[in-house]
Amino acid sequence: MLLALVALPLLFVLCAALQVSIDAETRSMNLDQEELLLRSGRLLKNLSLGYEPLLADIYWTRVVQYYGRRARRPGATYESLWPLLDITTTLDPKLMIAYRFGAIFLSEDPPVGPGRADQAVELVKRGIAENPDEWRLYQDLGFLYSIHLKDYQKASEAYLEGSKNPQAHIWMKVMAARVAETGNSLETSRLIWAEVYASTKDELIRRRAMQHIQSLDAALGLKKLNECSEDYWRKFGRFPNSMQELRAAGLVSGTLQDPAGYPYVMGANGVPQLDPNSTIVLDLDQGPDKLR
Amino acid sequence: MANPAIEIERLTKDYPVGFWRKKMRRSLDHLTLQVDEGESFGFLGPNGAGKTTTMKLLMGLIFPTSGTARVRGRSINDVRMHREIGYMPEQPYFYDYLTARELLEYFARFFGFNATERSERVTRFLALVGLAGAADVQLRKFSKGMLQRVGIAQAILHDPHVVFLDEPMSGLDPVGRREVRDIILDLKRQGRTIFFSTHILSDAEMLCDRVAVLVEGKLRGIGSPGEIMSVEVHGMEILFEVPKEQTLPPNIVARAKNIGNRYRIEVAEEELYAVLEQLRACEGRILSVAPLRPSLEDYFFNLVGRQKAVVLPTEVGVQ
Amino acid sequence: MSSIPGVVAINTFREAVRDRVLYNLIFFALMMIGAAILVGQISIGIERMVIINLGLSAISVFGIIMAIFIGVGLVYKEMEKRTLYSLLSKPIRRWEFLVGKFGGLLLTLVVNTSLMTLGLGLALYCVGGKFERSDATILVAVYFILLELALVTALALLFSCFTSPMLSTLYTLGIYVAGVFAPGILGVSQFTQNWAVAAVARFIYYVLPNFHNFGVIAAAAHGDAVPLALIWHNTLYAALYVILILVAASAVFSGRNLK
Repeated sequence: MLLALVALPLLFVLCAALQVSIDAETRSMNLDQEELLLRSGRLLKNLSLGYEPLLADIYWTRVVQYYGRRARRPGATYESLWPLLDITTTLDPKLMIAYRFGAIFLSEDPPVGPGRADQAVELVKRGIAENPDEWRLYQDLGFLYSIHLKDYQKASEAYLEGSKNPQAHIWMKVMAARVAETGNSLETSRLIWAEVYASTKDELIRRRAMQHIQSLDAALGLKKLNECSEDYWRKFGRFPNSMQELRAAGLVSGTLQDPAGYPYVMGANGVPQLDPNSTIVLDLDQGPDKLR
Repeated sequence: MANPAIEIERLTKDYPVGFWRKKMRRSLDHLTLQVDEGESFGFLGPNGAGKTTTMKLLMGLIFPTSGTARVRGRSINDVRMHREIGYMPEQPYFYDYLTARELLEYFARFFGFNATERSERVTRFLALVGLAGAADVQLRKFSKGMLQRVGIAQAILHDPHVVFLDEPMSGLDPVGRREVRDIILDLKRQGRTIFFSTHILSDAEMLCDRVAVLVEGKLRGIGSPGEIMSVEVHGMEILFEVPKEQTLPPNIVARAKNIGNRYRIEVAEEELYAVLEQLRACEGRILSVAPLRPSLEDYFFNLVGRQKAVVLPTEVGVQ
Repeated sequence: MSSIPGVVAINTFREAVRDRVLYNLIFFALMMIGAAILVGQISIGIERMVIINLGLSAISVFGIIMAIFIGVGLVYKEMEKRTLYSLLSKPIRRWEFLVGKFGGLLLTLVVNTSLMTLGLGLALYCVGGKFERSDATILVAVYFILLELALVTALALLFSCFTSPMLSTLYTLGIYVAGVFAPGILGVSQFTQNWAVAAVARFIYYVLPNFHNFGVIAAAAHGDAVPLALIWHNTLYAALYVILILVAASAVFSGRNLK
């Protein structure tokens, strides 16, 4: 008995140590390649024998873990994300979080997601069909059209449709109008992302939304600095060589840091840029070259 | 002084009882006894006295609450002790799917015999217990009596020095019982120590050098059979037949019981010859005259009755 | 003198073989493999992959069922039927008995799994005609299944020492399922904000037997190679964990009063 008391903890520790190395090996082996043998949501639903909600929960967990694991590996692809979401929402059409998750992450470009906004739209539309009273789904639809598909007409229609629901936020009506006018403006995009951030509790989504907001804020900041830079050119006949010059000329005030806390730097030809060490990633279509 | 084959010292076993398992029932209370080598020792007691508990403790099937025991100098905790002993449990049960021969071969393997020796022994002991014909029949087809015989065979096939038998006669027909008695006597002749439990007085009388009497977990007496069981003759029993034409004297008729023309009467020792004379006068044919002995149940009843006045039943409470 | 556990093991093996239920299970497993061939015909182009997937899954599932079904009765039956009475009076230590029981059932499972693997090989041959080098992963997958079975058997044996077959089945299945979803448990510890939950989840992750380690069926279906280091580490892990469980079982059983 004494032997057991000593041996058992020791053996547990040894096993745990082994587990660590096994984890490393299975990772390198790509063992979590999540083969989905059954891709048909309908087939699964029929096989569920009444346990659809439970299965839906299990599949939802798989969605989150699948995405979480993939996102941390460089060069990862997300082929199974759509089928997993498809199955989840087929099993439980009322799982709202799945639609939002799909809307946000299916549409994200690599390396953050598969970049399939079209699949995301299909997913959200299915959600709307099953849950016509959920106005938030229209918000997601509008989000997809304006941010990713750049179809501001359809985006406006989506927001409008959603705003018809008496419980809808007044924001929906505002956005319907705004997006039609200034769909491609940074401010509008920021408003959309801010609403996503405010209206969801899921940590992954909030994190991603915040990343976009910061990115947009940085872009806005750069845009303003660019205007100051052009002012400087008009005044002094050349572009400023540094931020200090701009400040010395009294053309900027306040903080000159990006939302991550890194100072903006002045690039060639007076084009303001992010600090190379900054953790902020500008979305491709908001890069510095777009400013001119 | 012969070496003690079995030494039991203050062996005690408590069982938790009740829903919360807090109260303890003492099934064996500080048993102390010694069995010498070559002795044939009987362990007597009514059902539930603790005989099987004692055997199980000695075999290591259950563990004592306190106390120790040694067999041939080795503690009962020592696995090597088991090389020198054989055990036949009460109402033995073996693996259904094996044949008798396979079972004995299996058990024989634990003692390190080589294949030839094993085979020879198994055949020999199967014959000894009268199962030679059923050697290759699966055990699930065996009757209770046959299982009993297998039980004995597996207990002795490795020639142990000490043999423990728990109720070896139970479930056997008279022929079987005689065979088992013969086997035990044979083992005794070979100089082995035998420790067997029974509740049949006459078996104990015939086979044992000494007996111990266990009642409600306590040792009540130990000694030779004669010492222990006071030969209290309660009277005499006469079995007789009377031809139909004859009439019996009224005092006999009043006290005799009959089936057909066979009669049985119990008389006091003093009246024996007078009654016999009466029967001779009626031309009665005497079938048997025997002393009336108390049955073991009477005997124990007596014991328990006597002790109840002195000591209250044990129930050890546990905090 | 042959080892005592070995003697018990051979006897346990003999009992399992004479238990007719086993044959039904093997029959069903082989049928599954046959069905896999049929299914393979439907999904054109990936017949081999489907056969390997379904075949290995069938071998795994039926192996687990057998391990649990027989395992939970290993000690319990002997205690209930009192066959242990005469056995334990022989010069055998209680742990030797346990190890022997474990070995016997494991041997049974190895034999059965081998038979089923042969069936799988036959099925592949019927469909494909030849074997490729990458098929070696199938053998690795079968080996890993055996490691899993060893763990499940040990667990069933442990519970068999102190509880009824029904409860033993529940507990063993429970731990097995938890062990298969082990990465999910680790995931909880990584995604939660609550540090207490994260710590507990992490602890559970390392204590539970991680059956996910052995899941290389997908790799076998794709013909991917399994790194030798993983084979070695998994073997070591399984061995250590089995020893752990058997030590625990011995501790429990050695102090147990038989009824």
